[in-house]
Amino acid sequence: MIIISVVVVSVIIIQNMPLTLGLDLQGGSRLVLEAYDTDTVKVNDDSVAGVVAVIRNRIDALGVTEPMIQRKGRSQVIVELPGIKDPDRAIKVIGDTAQLEFVEAEWSPGDEKVLTQKKITEYYGKNARLDKVKEYRNGQVIYEKPIILKATAITGADLKGAWPGIDQYGNPVVDIEFNSKGSDLFAGVTSRNVGKPLAILLDNKIISAPNVREPITGGRAQISGNFNIDEVQDLIVKLKAGALPIPVRIIENRIIGPTLGKDSIDKSKFAGLVGLAFILFFMITYYRYPGFLADIALAIYCALTVAVLALLHTTLTLPGIAGFLLSIGMAVDANVIIFERLKEELQSGKTVRMSIEVSFKRAFAAILDSNVTTLIAAATLFWLGTGTIKGFAVTLSVGIVASMFTSLTITHMMLEMSSDAKIIDKPESKLLYRGFFK
Amino acid sequence: MTLNVIGKTKLWFTVSAVLLGIGLFGMVSNGITKGKIMNFGVDFTGGTVLNLRFGSPVPLSDLRGILTNYGKGESVIQRTEGNDIIISTDPLSNEERTKIVDDIKAKFPSVELLEADTIGPVVGKELRSQAFWALLLATAGILIYVAFRFEVKYALAAVLALLHDAIITVGLIALLWRAVDTSFIAAILTILGYSINDTIVIFDRVRENLQRPGSGKRPLSDVVNEGVSQTMARSINTVLTVLFMNAALLVFGGATIKDFALTLLIGFTCGAYSSIFVASPLVVIFDKWEKSRT
Repeated sequence: MIIISVVVVSVIIIQNMPLTLGLDLQGGSRLVLEAYDTDTVKVNDDSVAGVVAVIRNRIDALGVTEPMIQRKGRSQVIVELPGIKDPDRAIKVIGDTAQLEFVEAEWSPGDEKVLTQKKITEYYGKNARLDKVKEYRNGQVIYEKPIILKATAITGADLKGAWPGIDQYGNPVVDIEFNSKGSDLFAGVTSRNVGKPLAILLDNKIISAPNVREPITGGRAQISGNFNIDEVQDLIVKLKAGALPIPVRIIENRIIGPTLGKDSIDKSKFAGLVGLAFILFFMITYYRYPGFLADIALAIYCALTVAVLALLHTTLTLPGIAGFLLSIGMAVDANVIIFERLKEELQSGKTVRMSIEVSFKRAFAAILDSNVTTLIAAATLFWLGTGTIKGFAVTLSVGIVASMFTSLTITHMMLEMSSDAKIIDKPESKLLYRGFFK
Repeated sequence: MTLNVIGKTKLWFTVSAVLLGIGLFGMVSNGITKGKIMNFGVDFTGGTVLNLRFGSPVPLSDLRGILTNYGKGESVIQRTEGNDIIISTDPLSNEERTKIVDDIKAKFPSVELLEADTIGPVVGKELRSQAFWALLLATAGILIYVAFRFEVKYALAAVLALLHDAIITVGLIALLWRAVDTSFIAAILTILGYSINDTIVIFDRVRENLQRPGSGKRPLSDVVNEGVSQTMARSINTVLTVLFMNAALLVFGGATIKDFALTLLIGFTCGAYSSIFVASPLVVIFDKWEKSRT
């Protein structure tokens, strides 16, 4: 009864709770970002937590299903995007700081050949610096115009919204609206700078520097640059989610195409079936009837393990599958230990029933000790665990515990029932024997 | 039937010494001829790996030509299975990688990007220290548990046998010049965790035999010989079932899992050997030392 209910429950769980496939199996992208100190911001708990929040907003806007975003250590953030179609674009959207700045500026009378930093500081103030505005035509830079950047007037933090738009020439642009503080600042800046350029910078790069023709009081503006439609979309995602509170760099970047995962699943499935067939065959030929019972227990073990993994919401990875397949090979170990013992007990002249009891009792210590040591190694692996390896550690551990259950209880019960039903009643029964060490 | 395993201790230790020697030779000769003792993958060294699948065979020189345009002519370009090719370079920026793949696509439109991994040098350094600590922690954990369940001399013998397995496996993998990455560390830890099982089954039997009345007077070498003989069939059969699965993975499992399966195959085989022929004699040796001191 218990055996049947274990099987039924397992099957129900497996059918209703499919295992999620890991990044390596369904394809996708994995990024590890590391925040780094700058002159103004330092890596600390708040800034990294802010990074996580902003990245989460950006990813949600990208529409990735079931993304995984988590902190690692003091300064790192792991991002996993399963099934993403265009990983390169996602990487740009996620990793850019997206600090938008409106900077008061003046067209420069000359480039760096005539203007030294000393002169710039002298004429335009302490924080002024020389930069260049690139003018594009058909995606090519046609000329660069020197500009003096003076002081940041407004940042992206004062934005209320951003939408895609089109300028008077039909080029894609980003329309933005400031919040009330931003509107006031923007009105002030534009009235102070009529006739002068206002530089728009994203991550310290000038996007454009339109001339201010009149004060703008409505709190609305347009960012034009050399954008295509995708770039406009991505910029909007970044502006809406806000800037990262601290810049990050990508220290690990894995992109897995969808083919590789399918390949791996098919191949390991086949390998698993071949291995399983060998094990089933071996157990029956070597241990006969008890071996057959162990094979049944092994089948239950497989169902039980997959069910537990589903219940734990384990993400199945390729090493995870390998771990599960290996655990099938390990799962019969306990039965091998018990059956060898059973042979000895039968040879010593005990009855079948007695031998079964004694061998399970005697074998228990060895089985427990050997499994605990494997669990120690698996626990260490889990701790070491980067994504996919963790999956291996989990399936291996679940497998070890489940195999102790099936081989110690299920095989035991089935052997006892067989002995009660007089299927195996004599020690010299042909069903029991085929030892090499008679 | 009792096998005299302990009596031939010298023979077993010679076999182990030869295996260890082969492994060490592999590492040293790699160090001299190839500049590094093992074929460390990007996980450890940092760098970019591109795994590409082509519709038809392509000349590697064409790919090298494209890489040379980006100053990466020194990259390692290898064929794996079918028309799959793996390119390993120094870390590429996102832009560089996209451009290189686009260039390859322009020349060979059938190409498909299976996988692209870029690992910064920081990550590799972290992984190295993590791997070191994981191995240390696992070994210490096993040592403490076995010492607690048995005696210190058993624990020492078991752990020395494990280190023997780990070192031989590392040596042979180095000799075969197989790529070493995160999953290699996982394989070594799994070998540690699993190979000790056989040792424990033997020790458990020795422990049980020692508890029988009258066995205290027999020399330990006899009791160990008896235990090893009694457990020989199970030592072999337990490993055999795992090796079936392992061999299946190695033969049918696809490129990504092959090196992992090979590492385990070497380690598990080694573990089965060392349980019987290294750990058991060591217990007898440690026991003699213990007795001679008191």
